[in-house]
Amino acid sequence: MSDDEKPDDGSKPTSGKVSRRDFLKIGGIAATVPLVGERLVSAAGAKVPVFGPGKVPVSLTVNGRVYRAEIEPRVTLLDALRDSFELTGAKRVCDRGTCGACTVLVDGKPVYSCSMLAIAAQRRKITTVEGLGGTNNLHPVQRAFWDNDAQQCGFCTPGFVVATAALLERHPSPTPEEIDKGLCGNLCRCGTYVGVRAAALQAAGTRKAPSKRGAVEGGGRRDG
Amino acid sequence: MADYAWPPAEKRKLIGKRISRVDGPQKVSGRAKYTYDVKRPGMLYGKIVRCPHAHARVKAIDTSAAERLPGVQAIERMTEPGKEIFWAGDEVVALAAVDENTAEDAARAVQIEYEVLPHFVSDAEPPPNIPEGGPLEEREIRDMILTMQVPAGQVVSRIEREGVSFAPDQRRLDQLKQAGIPDPVLEALRRAKVSPPGTTASPYKRVAAQTQGEPDKAFAESEVVSEGIYGASVITHCCLETHGAMSEWTDPENVLVHVSTQNLSGIPGQMAEPLGIPAANIRARQDHIGGGFGSKFGIDSWGIVTAKLSKKAGGKPVKIMLERAADQQVAGARPSAYARVKVGAKKDGTLLAWESRGWGTGGIGGGGAPPLPYVVNVPNQRKQHTAIANNIGSARAWRAPNHPQAALITMSALEDLSARLSMDPMDFFLKNIELTGPRAKIYAEEIQKAAELMDWKKKWHPRGDPTPGPVKRGLGMSIHTWGGRGHASEKG
Repeated sequence: MSDDEKPDDGSKPTSGKVSRRDFLKIGGIAATVPLVGERLVSAAGAKVPVFGPGKVPVSLTVNGRVYRAEIEPRVTLLDALRDSFELTGAKRVCDRGTCGACTVLVDGKPVYSCSMLAIAAQRRKITTVEGLGGTNNLHPVQRAFWDNDAQQCGFCTPGFVVATAALLERHPSPTPEEIDKGLCGNLCRCGTYVGVRAAALQAAGTRKAPSKRGAVEGGGRRDG
Repeated sequence: MADYAWPPAEKRKLIGKRISRVDGPQKVSGRAKYTYDVKRPGMLYGKIVRCPHAHARVKAIDTSAAERLPGVQAIERMTEPGKEIFWAGDEVVALAAVDENTAEDAARAVQIEYEVLPHFVSDAEPPPNIPEGGPLEEREIRDMILTMQVPAGQVVSRIEREGVSFAPDQRRLDQLKQAGIPDPVLEALRRAKVSPPGTTASPYKRVAAQTQGEPDKAFAESEVVSEGIYGASVITHCCLETHGAMSEWTDPENVLVHVSTQNLSGIPGQMAEPLGIPAANIRARQDHIGGGFGSKFGIDSWGIVTAKLSKKAGGKPVKIMLERAADQQVAGARPSAYARVKVGAKKDGTLLAWESRGWGTGGIGGGGAPPLPYVVNVPNQRKQHTAIANNIGSARAWRAPNHPQAALITMSALEDLSARLSMDPMDFFLKNIELTGPRAKIYAEEIQKAAELMDWKKKWHPRGDPTPGPVKRGLGMSIHTWGGRGHASEKG
């Protein structure tokens, strides 16, 4: 977090994370104060950056590359990725922080990109499903999803893949219960959860050694 | 049936082998481009202004403020003042702008005045003694066949029983044929009794009343009778990729449409008439679909309007993907179905009698009646069904339309009856398996095989699980069929 964003109310800066309070402040002020571009304003005892309301230059670091565009401050990170940068792996499904199809990593943490403004994602390290791997160099989690048919229509799959990658960062050898809990923020309409659990277990077991196609152990059908 | 011996498991090429999905790498890496993801040069974002009232008449539409907004490039009315709207979320105005924010602002700037009318949205049990239903409207027949995929035989019997409210002249029949209405239904329409539409304002319409055998006598002879109310509410398809399309006029005569659909080959034919160009001039494209579940067979009004907006905007691509809330309101629902059921049997489990009074709603058209009793043709039965016209978005097909509801109602009632008989429901079903008709032997073999594979006899226990703690387990059973188009399983 850079200095000009630091809260000046004496609270400890929360590195790598937008607090709910900051988010509300930014949203509330941007909607009511007619300013062009970013500037600092005192609100609720803190200095917060204010943008807009018209289009402002926004720069995002996504998958190690810097993307720039002129977008309105009300645009979500999800819509900026999809509409301005054509990174359409993250999907718009519920658009209200419920289903997880828009999950991306912000400074390594899984975030619903539909519920974060693009302006608030600046100066952070964003990783989308595209950044994990491509069709010819699949990430072990992507590989495991393919191997275990953890997808049907596939619309929720990118969100699940990103959430699983984040889960395995926190729990390299998760128990089935940890998998269920770690992925409970993602919904699948086709009902591929059994495959998703098996994929998470396979990816956990093969994160160092590449997986053997088709060799799936421990993907027990607990509710099939 | 032809005898066929499967090769030994190790020699089979496909069955039992792990096969990875061909589009797997694209989907897991986020590279698969769904219709929602497609962007074309110069693409405009479309939005639809929807009626917030469940029943209303449009009094005035004023789009002048929206027209003045910079970035708005096309506006198209989807209804006109004076027209009635029958469910919340129905379309009034569509517009297209350079970006989504501008389109949203423009949609908010559209002023619509409504006369709010009384609405009805309950599918609680109807009052008794609903009179026999009035004649069918053309829209109901189209909905049943094209949207809800009600089997032709069921539609024919409704036409024969209820008549129609419109004159089925040759021109009308040709149009229906072109729309995909099958010949037996057209034939029934030719012979149908024509009477003016019903004048009553009641939302209830009795659509099926039938008696077979001697139900009163059979209930009197029954040693065990079970009664209950069973059913399922309206549910929505909720495809993760909402419905939507993007159209562009590649030249003044040709349209390219990207669409999220289960019926790609049918799309040009559906768009031709409203756009006034031959189907051959319309190219429909889709690389992946984010779920359909029966709700994505049509181009829909919002798909057509993308092409109309595109034309007004000089051919630029116009994309409309429904917002989640709109998708839930207008893009598909499965009809509800409930029934009060009474079933009777002899002590040895011989099934004798069935009586059901059903009801449910599939939107303003009422919806179809589930085929009760399902699969098991009880020898003596009396049944009726009341369709309820609700001010909600129309029903769409969902996995064997009306069958899951019929299965739920019938099989729950039969489970309850076997519990009253203190019988294992599998033994009860096998005892009565001849009532399933020509496929009785297949059902019996399937049930026995399934029981063996799942160790039914060891796992099944009578109702009531004495295991301590809140988690209780039990086994139940159900059998199914599909009498729709596509294969020859329709009854006799």
